[in-house]
Order: sequence, then C-alpha cells, then structure tokens
Amino acid sequence: MILVLLITIPLLAGILAFAIKGEGVKILALLSAMATLGIAAYVSGNNYNASISFTAPWIPNIGTQFSLMADGMSGMLCLLTAIVLLVVVIVSWNKKFEKPNSFWGFMLLSQAGLMGVFLAYDALVFYVFWELALVPVYFLCSRWGGEKRIPVTFKFFVYTFVGSLMMLAGLIFLSQQTPGANSYSWINIVHAGASLPPATQQWLFWLLFIAFAIKMPVFPFHTWQPDTYEQSPTPVTIILSALMVKMGLYAVLRWLLPVLPSGVAYWSDTVIVLSVIGIVYASLIAIVQTDLKRLVAYSSIAHMGLMCAAAFSANNIGMHGIMVQMFNHGINITGMWLMVSLIENRWGTRDMSKLGGMATAAPLMAIALVIISLANIALPLTNGFVGEFMLFNGIFQGSSQYHMVYMIIAGLGVILGAVYTLNMIQKTAYGNVTDMVIAKDLSMNEYIGVAIIICIILFLGIYPQPLLDMTSGMVK
Amino acid sequence: MTQLVYLVPLFPLIGFLINGIFWRKMPKTAGGVIGTLTILASFIVSLGIFFEVKNSGTATMVHLFDFINSGKLSIPFTFQVDALSSLFLLIITGVGFLIHVYSTSYMHEDEGMVKYFAYLNLFIFSMLLLVLGGNYLIMFIGWEGVGLCSYLLIGFWFKNRDYTNAAKKAFVMNRIGDLGFLVGMLLILYTYGTLSYQDFFGQLKGGQVIVSTSTYNWIAICLFIGAMGKSAQIPLYTWLPDAMAGPTPVSALIHAATMVTAGIYMIARSSALYNLAPMAQTLITWIGLATAIVAATIAMKQYDIKKVLAYSTVSQLGFMFLALGVGAYTTAVFHVMTHAFFKALLFLGAGSVIHAMGGEQDLRLMGGLGKKMRITQITFLIGCLAISGIPGFSGFFSKDEILAMAYAHDPILYYLGVFAAMMTAFYMFRLYFLAFTGIFRGTHDQEHHLHESPWAITIPLIILAILSVVGGYVGLPAVISEHHALASYLAPVVANTGEHHMLAGTEWMLMGISVSVSVLMIIVAYVRNKKPAFAPNTGVAKFLENKWYVDELYDAVIVRPIGAISRLLDRFAERAGIDGIVNGVGKLVGWGGDRVRLLQSGQVGFYIFVMVLGIIALFTLGFFWIR
Repeated sequence: MILVLLITIPLLAGILAFAIKGEGVKILALLSAMATLGIAAYVSGNNYNASISFTAPWIPNIGTQFSLMADGMSGMLCLLTAIVLLVVVIVSWNKKFEKPNSFWGFMLLSQAGLMGVFLAYDALVFYVFWELALVPVYFLCSRWGGEKRIPVTFKFFVYTFVGSLMMLAGLIFLSQQTPGANSYSWINIVHAGASLPPATQQWLFWLLFIAFAIKMPVFPFHTWQPDTYEQSPTPVTIILSALMVKMGLYAVLRWLLPVLPSGVAYWSDTVIVLSVIGIVYASLIAIVQTDLKRLVAYSSIAHMGLMCAAAFSANNIGMHGIMVQMFNHGINITGMWLMVSLIENRWGTRDMSKLGGMATAAPLMAIALVIISLANIALPLTNGFVGEFMLFNGIFQGSSQYHMVYMIIAGLGVILGAVYTLNMIQKTAYGNVTDMVIAKDLSMNEYIGVAIIICIILFLGIYPQPLLDMTSGMVK
Repeated sequence: MTQLVYLVPLFPLIGFLINGIFWRKMPKTAGGVIGTLTILASFIVSLGIFFEVKNSGTATMVHLFDFINSGKLSIPFTFQVDALSSLFLLIITGVGFLIHVYSTSYMHEDEGMVKYFAYLNLFIFSMLLLVLGGNYLIMFIGWEGVGLCSYLLIGFWFKNRDYTNAAKKAFVMNRIGDLGFLVGMLLILYTYGTLSYQDFFGQLKGGQVIVSTSTYNWIAICLFIGAMGKSAQIPLYTWLPDAMAGPTPVSALIHAATMVTAGIYMIARSSALYNLAPMAQTLITWIGLATAIVAATIAMKQYDIKKVLAYSTVSQLGFMFLALGVGAYTTAVFHVMTHAFFKALLFLGAGSVIHAMGGEQDLRLMGGLGKKMRITQITFLIGCLAISGIPGFSGFFSKDEILAMAYAHDPILYYLGVFAAMMTAFYMFRLYFLAFTGIFRGTHDQEHHLHESPWAITIPLIILAILSVVGGYVGLPAVISEHHALASYLAPVVANTGEHHMLAGTEWMLMGISVSVSVLMIIVAYVRNKKPAFAPNTGVAKFLENKWYVDELYDAVIVRPIGAISRLLDRFAERAGIDGIVNGVGKLVGWGGDRVRLLQSGQVGFYIFVMVLGIIALFTLGFFWIR
C-alpha cells in the first residue's frame, strides 16, 4: 500500500495544483515533495534484501493487473526522484513562472509518472506510466520553453513516442507468449521472453531496445536531447536529464536484459560499440560547445554511454556500478543544471564567451560550480568516482572478447571530460570580471538546494557503502 | 603510535576545513598559523611513527572503514605503515612544515592567503593519503587529489588567463597518465582479484596465479604511464615548467619536493612487480635517462629563474627513474629525499630573490644580489653544490649511487648519466652567477628596494641548507662504509635487484670522473657568466631556449587536430548527418502524408471510381488465388 502512496501523493497534488490560484501552489508542491521523500526514504531504506509489492485487479480481460514492486533498484530510483524534485522546488522558490499552478501541476504529474515507471511490476502498467511521465513534460517544454520550443518539443515528442509504440508492440507480443492465459506480469513476461527461440529474441530485441535507447539516449539516437535540454526551462531539464534518462536505463535492466537473454547476448557487442563511440563522440562535441546547456547535455550523453556499455558487459561489478552511478549521475547533473540556471538568472546568458570572473563576482557560486564539476568528472572522494570505477571494472571484465579495448576507448572519456569541464570552469569562474557585473551570490533557498547536492556528493564519495548495500540485492 | 597514523592526515584535513569554511572571516595571520600548526602536529606524529617502525621493522595495517564492497570486489580504506610510507611521511610533513612557515611571510600581502593555506593543507592531506594507502585505489585517491590541489594552486591567481591555462594543462596531462594508472589497476584486479599491496605482492611471490611475463609487463607499463604524468617524464613532462605559474612556495612543495615524486614512490612500492617485468624496466631506464638529458639541455638556456629550476626538477626526476629502471629502488628513494631538501631550498631561495626583486623572475635583470641578501646567497650556494654532486653535500651521495648502479647495469647508462650531471652543474651555477654575483642589471627602483627577506623566509632556508648537507650521510658509498642506513631501513619493503659488487677501485674511479666533470663545468659556468652579455640566441641555443619546440609540436599534432575533429563532428556528423537523417525521416512522413491527402478529394464520384477499381483488383486476385 505504501507504494501506491508514492504515486498517488504527487498525482493528487498535481491535479489539485491546477485548481489553486497564484504562488501558493509552491507550498503544495513543497509539501508533496517532502511527503514523497519521506516515503521514498522509508521504502529504499527498508528493503535491502526483501522487496515490497502491491497488487490490485485492473483489467483482468486482457490479463493485466495493477501491480507494483519495490526492490533495491526501484527504491533507490524513487529516492532519487523524490530528492531531485524537492531540490528543484527549493531552488525555484523565488522564480516566477507564468501560470504557476499549471507549471507545478505538470511537474508533480510527471513525478507521479516517474514513480510509477520505477515501481511497475506489470508491463502494461509500466507502459501507461512511461507515457504519463512523458506527456506533462511535453506540455512543460512547449509552454514554458525557449524561443525554438515548438519545433524542438514536437520532435522530442514524436521521437520518443515512436519508441514507446515500438515498445508497446514488443510488450504485447511478449504477453501473447506467456504460458496459459495472456499476462503482463513481469515474472510471466520474463518466462515468456526467455523461452522464445533465439531468432525471435534477436528481432524482438530491437523493438524494445530502440525505445530505451532513445530515452537514455544512446548514440546515434541522441539528437533530440541537446535541443530539448537547451529549450526547456531548467526545472524541466532537470527532470529530463536526472530522471527521465534513467527510465531508459532502468527499462534496459528490468525489461530487457532478463527478458531476452539470447537477444541481448547476440547484440551486446553492437550496443557496447555504439555506446563507446557515443562516449568519445559526445565528449569531443562537448569540447567545442559555447552554450553551457549544450555542453552539459553532451557530457550527460557521454556518461549515459558509459553506463549503457557496462549494462551490456554482463559483469556483476559493472551492474552494481550502474546502480550506484544512476543515483550519482542524477544528483550531479541536477547540480550542474542548477549552476547553469543560477548563472543564466544572474547574467542573462549561457554563452561562455560572454562569461568570466564568477570567482570574483560571486565566490560561493564559483566554489559550488567547481565541486559539482569535479564530481561530474568523477574525481575521487566525490560520488562520481566509485560508480565510474566500478563501471570501468565491469566493462574491463566483460564477456566480449574485446572487453579491454572497449574499456580503454571508453576511458578516453575521462581525459576529454577533464578538457571540456576545465574549459567550462575557466571560462565562467576564472578570469577578470568583464561582462559579469558583481551579482548577488547564492540566496538562502539556492544555498540550501546547492548544499543538499554538495553534501550528497561528498558523503557518497567518501562513504559509498549505504548506496552499495541498498542495491546489492540486485546483483546476483 | 602506528595505530594513531590516521592523525597524520587528519590534522591537515582539519586545517583545510577550518580555513576552507571560514575563509572569508578568518584573519590572514590566523589562517597561516592554523595551516602551519596542523602540519607541525602531523610532523610530530610522523616522527613517532618513524622511530617505531625503525625499531620494529614490520608493516602495520590500519583499517578505517570499508570503502567499496560489492560481491567479490572488496576495497577497504586501509593505511599501510611501513618503512617506505613512514619515510615519505617525514619528507612530506617535514619539508611541508618548513614551506608552510615560509608561506606565512611570502603570501602575507596576498588577499587570498587563507584560501591559499586551505589548498595547501588539502594538498598535504591528499599526499599523505597517497603514501599511506594500503592498496592501489587509496593511492589513486590521493594521486588525483594532489593533482586537483596542484591544479587549484597553479591557477591560484585565477584572473590571469595564462595561469589558468597552465593549471588546465597540468590537470589534463595528469589525467592522461591517470588513465594508464586506472587500466593498470583494472588489469591487476582482473588477474589477481585484489588491489591490496600485501595480497598482490604475496601472490606475485607465491605464484598461485600463473601469468605470462607479458602480463607483468603490461601491468607495470600501465602503472608507469601514470607515473610519467605525475612525475613529468617524456612525453608527459611539458606541464611542469608551465606549472611555475603558481606561487613559488607551491613550486617548492608540490612541483619539486613531494607531488612529482609520487611516481617514484609508486614504482618503489611496486618493486616486487617491476622485478618481474624486464621490458617495463628497460623502458623506465631509457625514458628516465632521456628525460634527464633533454630537460638538462633546456635548462641551460632558460632565463626565467623558476623555469631553470623546473627543468632541473624534470631532469632530476629522470635520474630517479633511471635508478628505478636498473632495479635500485632504494637509491631512487634516497635521491627523492635529498632532492626534496635541496630542490625545496633552491625554489624557496628563488622565491626570496623574486620577493626582493618585486616579482621579477628574469635572470638577465638580476645580478649582484649576494651583497644585499647574504643568507639567501649562502643557502642557495649550498643548494647548488648539493645538486651538482660536490662531495660532502647530500646530492653527491645519492647521485653518485645512481650513477654507480647505472654503471653496474650497463656502462653506457653511466656515461650518459654523467653527461646529464655535467649539464646540471653548468646550468645551476650559471643561474647562481647570473643572480648573485657581478653587477645589478635591473632598474634603479628595484635596486633601491633590494633587501634580505624576513626570518620566516630565512629560517626555513637555513634549516633546508643544513639538511642539504647532512641528508646524504644516511647512505654512504660502499667504499667508505659498509653500513647504508637508508638501505637497511627500507630493506623489508623494497626488493632491490640492482645490488652492485664492484671493485673499490672502480667505484673510486667513477666517483672521480663525475666529480671532476662537475667541478669543471662550474668553472666553465663562472667564466662564461662573469660578465654576461645577452645576445639573442641562434642555432642550437635558440632551439634549446624554445624547449625543443615540443609545446608547438604537441599543439600541431594533438591539440589542434582534436579541436578540428570536434568542430567537424559538431557541424557535419551531428547537425547535418545524424540530426539531418532524423529530420529527414520526419519530413518524409510529412511529405507522404501530403501526397496521400490528395486522395481525400471529397468528390463522391472519385471515391466510387476507386472503389470499383478495388473490387476489380480483388476479383482478379481472388480468381488467380483460387486457381
């Protein structure tokens, strides 16, 4: 029952939000975010080994039940979702959005969808929440986005929707193969998929994988992402990059690897090659970006590529690394976007050639930017390091015969990441105060939001064991 | 005492936190005092540990907490206290303390002094993690941590674009090395399933895991790539001269005495591995020797006082790698120690000079400084004599030992090493004569302001000068004494293979050759710089002044092509290529929709016509189907 609360609290709060007039809606959003965080913390802290589940009848005719389940991975992602949303609400506290009630309403609805995706134990429930998370984001981008928001959002929506339909087709096909009556239950889908002949698994693989690959995104399915990130308002970008891309990776781990083992084994080299190319490709492109948002977007593509490569390397340490890194990447990228939006708010531009001297103009912001950036390039004793080390380990010990080559090429991302990140720090934080006039440093609510992020970065960097324990049950 | 080893890094960490959190409110002097006292506390604990290890001679593991625990992968946060780490503790905290004292005066005019001390304490903390770690991952944490501090301190004056470029270059070049280190660690984990020194070296000795020599070589070479970056060896050395952009005490501490010797520490720590990897050893020998020679040639033609010292450091590090390559690990560590004393002394002396000159670093504008700065002059002279290998000074003992070990391995290494040592004596005394003797060549205003530095600067100079003399007596040559104190101290940890048993006569002869060429070069340096004239360099000299054009080469071969590729990818592959295809598919669907829409004309006659056509088609198909 507690799992239902994780979905219904943001869902009801979101619906209620539309009815509230004025800025008071933020109080509702804050209360909802705090309540969800409390429950998510309880769920994720409670199930190191056992899992919690909930089942209710839904549409028995077609064999689907409203069934939810939280194990370590789901709990961890729900916790991440709750933390990120709370930070977003806190940091945006003084920001005025046009029609705040619908803005925060859509944000909360999207959170409900995300929770549902991470908890769903039934393929059809999974699909419904997958779309429920997407639709509010579409409205958020197209109403509150930047100048080019209409064509960009349209492309984003069509692109991901095409993927979703392919996934739906794949899931329906799988449900037809379940033993006995049709069923969408995870365990039955797994049995059905795993018993399919390899040739069937090999084509079915692409129906599911393309949907997930678009979401993550994996090279070359990524081109919607930099545009969408650039055009979305920052709270939405955070939802997209910290949480929605995790849906893709989560789906691979939950709905692809166990479901189609032969298909995965057959195509894993292809996927790893694509991911590894994506790491180097996105890192190289990040080097020449001048817009902060595009730079962070490409850096995120590189990071997701590393996780995706490890997911297909069939190695336990790598798998455990993904669990850790999903959480940490969510935290770090949230931090990166916060800094970008704080910079944009103060100096009205994201163009790095026009920035400079932040260390003089607003030293606290500069310190925060440096710490978060270092976590983003996985410096030891920040949270990014442990996960990245385990991911490299997983790829290095992978099942493919080229495992070492993959790791070394992926490792180039470590060097290129340093190049673009330090460039970014140099151009924004260092130098003389030129166009950046002295601005107000972090305000109280911004300070709290950034401090939450930095505390998590340092705590999990020094002592990652709680996160590892939480998800250790996922690795067999 | 060894169980309290966590106090050693804890004190600097506390110092960092206090100065780092209260940096805006903290008075400058208080920041300096806190930063310095924490290092003093660490030094005192380190002394206790050192003597305890000396008496017991055993390694102690101190387990703090589990860092990573995932299935078979278990990496604890553990410190290993043994002869090697406790010796490094003394060097780091001892020299570090003196440099902190020096900094309280040197940085006093700087508005960022508290921040400076916070960074410096963080550096000491990271460096201590590096040497204390009981497995490669903890070493790696310290390894990247010192790299970060180096980055922050090189770019300390962040308003200057050149300085932050230098900081960036240092970090990126170190990251290239770090990738090698990372791959090396993964290879060890893959082959042996552990990163702990004790398990790994135990398995190497026990031979439970049968692996080929090429595996040993690969692991050893990967780790060495990491060492190349951190310890500035060819081809990853060009960041170190640029790193001189940082405040001078930083150059003394990080870029001379401690951080850059991390690579030597790593290989000495892994001596059990390197003894099994002959190819890697050969590579290290030749890279070390080549670096020693190339950097020395460049140092002869530099005019910036800090650049001379920077190339000198690169060259001396090359000597240390030469020693490592021939299996004389103890000797390399010996040279790390003496070099820490005399090179820190030389850098701090240079800082004293720069301080007096009001920031001027060009040797062409100095001269005759000795008259106004007697203490700096004398201590600097002691440093020059030590690095040149003049008998009685510490550098003589360690460098002579390296050269003797090289000779025992292969005489050609010895002759090339003497060639590099010859240049060392020349460039150091060129610097000395240009700066301290002759007549003053700067402006009248500068001359008026020349003064000896305050006590906080001169006392560390004096202490380091004393150490630069006596530091060598822990390792007397075999012909003088049977007892090599340092070698017997390190013996339980470091597995030397380069033991040499040469005749006393040979050893005296080798010593004689290297000392006499050094003395000769000092005389040459005096004659040539007695009355210096600075004509623009041409030919070889110009080539050396421009550092063999290596920076330009890297720029043309690596930096620019990567930028060009990135721009090409961004413009063509990304926007026109992949995104073009995606948009193309979208347009195609739209175009198809447009065409199909034409059919929906709304004229009933047209619909009926199409319907009839369809019926005919179906009948035709059905007709053939049935048949």
